[in-house]
Amino acid sequence: MAADTLVIERLNRTFTSPAGDVTALSNIALKVKKGELITLIGPSGCGKSTLLKIVAGLDSDYSGTVLLNDKPIEGPSIEKGFIFQEPRLFPWLTVEKNIAGNLSLKDSKVRARVDELIALVRLKGFEKSYPRELSGGMAQRVSIARALLRNPEVLLLDEPFGALDAFTRAHLQEVLLDIWQKNRTTMLFVTHDLDEAVFLAERVVIMNPRPGHIRTVLPIDLPFPRKRASQSFQELRRKVLSEFEKVEEPAVDRDHGAGI
Amino acid sequence: MSGQVLGDKRTNLSQEGWLRSIPKPLHAWLLPVAILIVWEAVSRLELIPATMLPAPTAILKQFVELIVSGELYKHLSISVYRAMMGFLIGAGTGLLLGLVTGLNKLAEKTLDPSLQMMWTIPLLSLIPLFILWFGVGEFSKILMISLGAFFPVYMNTFLGIRNVDVRLFEVARMFQYSRLQLIAKLIIPSALPNILLGIRLSLGISWLVLVVAEMMGASAGVGYMIQDARAYMRTDVVFVGIIIFALIGKLSDSGVRLLEKRWLRWRDTFKG
Repeated sequence: MAADTLVIERLNRTFTSPAGDVTALSNIALKVKKGELITLIGPSGCGKSTLLKIVAGLDSDYSGTVLLNDKPIEGPSIEKGFIFQEPRLFPWLTVEKNIAGNLSLKDSKVRARVDELIALVRLKGFEKSYPRELSGGMAQRVSIARALLRNPEVLLLDEPFGALDAFTRAHLQEVLLDIWQKNRTTMLFVTHDLDEAVFLAERVVIMNPRPGHIRTVLPIDLPFPRKRASQSFQELRRKVLSEFEKVEEPAVDRDHGAGI
Repeated sequence: MSGQVLGDKRTNLSQEGWLRSIPKPLHAWLLPVAILIVWEAVSRLELIPATMLPAPTAILKQFVELIVSGELYKHLSISVYRAMMGFLIGAGTGLLLGLVTGLNKLAEKTLDPSLQMMWTIPLLSLIPLFILWFGVGEFSKILMISLGAFFPVYMNTFLGIRNVDVRLFEVARMFQYSRLQLIAKLIIPSALPNILLGIRLSLGISWLVLVVAEMMGASAGVGYMIQDARAYMRTDVVFVGIIIFALIGKLSDSGVRLLEKRWLRWRDTFKG
């Protein structure tokens, strides 16, 4: 059996509020193979971030099955690296200490691994800098290194480059692919950026709101490194986009249309 | 519009021309020195009697005499001892209780309302009670000071803990910080700016209460020295006492600010 790192079956998540129940996720099923890079894309409200939080163990109020290496998710743990939309660095710690977190840099193994990761995310020379001295892109790279330090089974990224400008975003996408190719870390990447979804993924999971469910999963069979301007890339991008137009058509007359 | 602004600037510069002939580090000293000169002149000309306002030079002379005779050292050492003991006990308890109520909801509910109520009592109104209960000895003085030193540290520690960014908690949860690591590596560093502010305020209050405590009854201490000198109309000694308090207050405050500079280097705040 091919090793599935992550198995999600019949996953449902309902938010209850006095105003009425909202089904955020309905009957989600997804299998992620070891070392796979998957992007989840969909308009806001489709439940993609909720799905990520459930896998992270930050949200346990669901029904259905979520297995990481055949074991049910039990709360947050170092097996699941999480990268938030904001870097969320500890402002009183230097770059290297932020990466080490609750591990000691005096431990030579930790020290060596931190140095390795600083090189990997291209932050050599900034080891002793404080977060306030970093740009948004650099800070997010620190948070990636921090998540990678404990060699997580799966890296969960919740719109990590959403707040960055286009140039920094393109750069960080390349950094991330570089990391993925070197480490083969399984990654689940949530985004609302079409280009980003196609550029990074081996498979794109397209989600649809009200209630949040998986519309379709598209394999992206393009070799790395990918060229955004290439015809095959543009074709796949159009294909993903057309899935969205189908998705959003009935919703347009109700309220805001697709934010894509 | 911009021309007008420039014009204003030029007149300002010409007005401040004389200032520029004086080195910048000395600017802060201009006013105090001017006051001292006027003061000295007023006293020398005996416009105000020396029992009311002795000349700065007379105060300085008295200062030196008190140092040479060892009198000042005797008073100062007992005062510093009282203030530091009171401060350490009060601020230490404040830090501890602030941490406990900040970290524990149950402790907050049971302890905080009572402590908040005590805080509203003017501390100095307790003096008669303290004298009745504990007399005018060291114990009652140090207890008064610790009570004064307690609240700023307690309140600011609590506040600092409750201001910790909840998003950083999520990060710490993902990395499975232990309870102890959570406190030592997230909560305390994050609350440190508030804690240090509390310590600064607390030091100031310690000196204040010390003076009051020493004036209400003591046989030694700078506060006693001032009170005693007043009885004998030794205004110059009163001034020496005041200057000592000013110097020590400034010194201890600078000490905490130095700590702030070293420990809070990471902060990215408006610096004026």
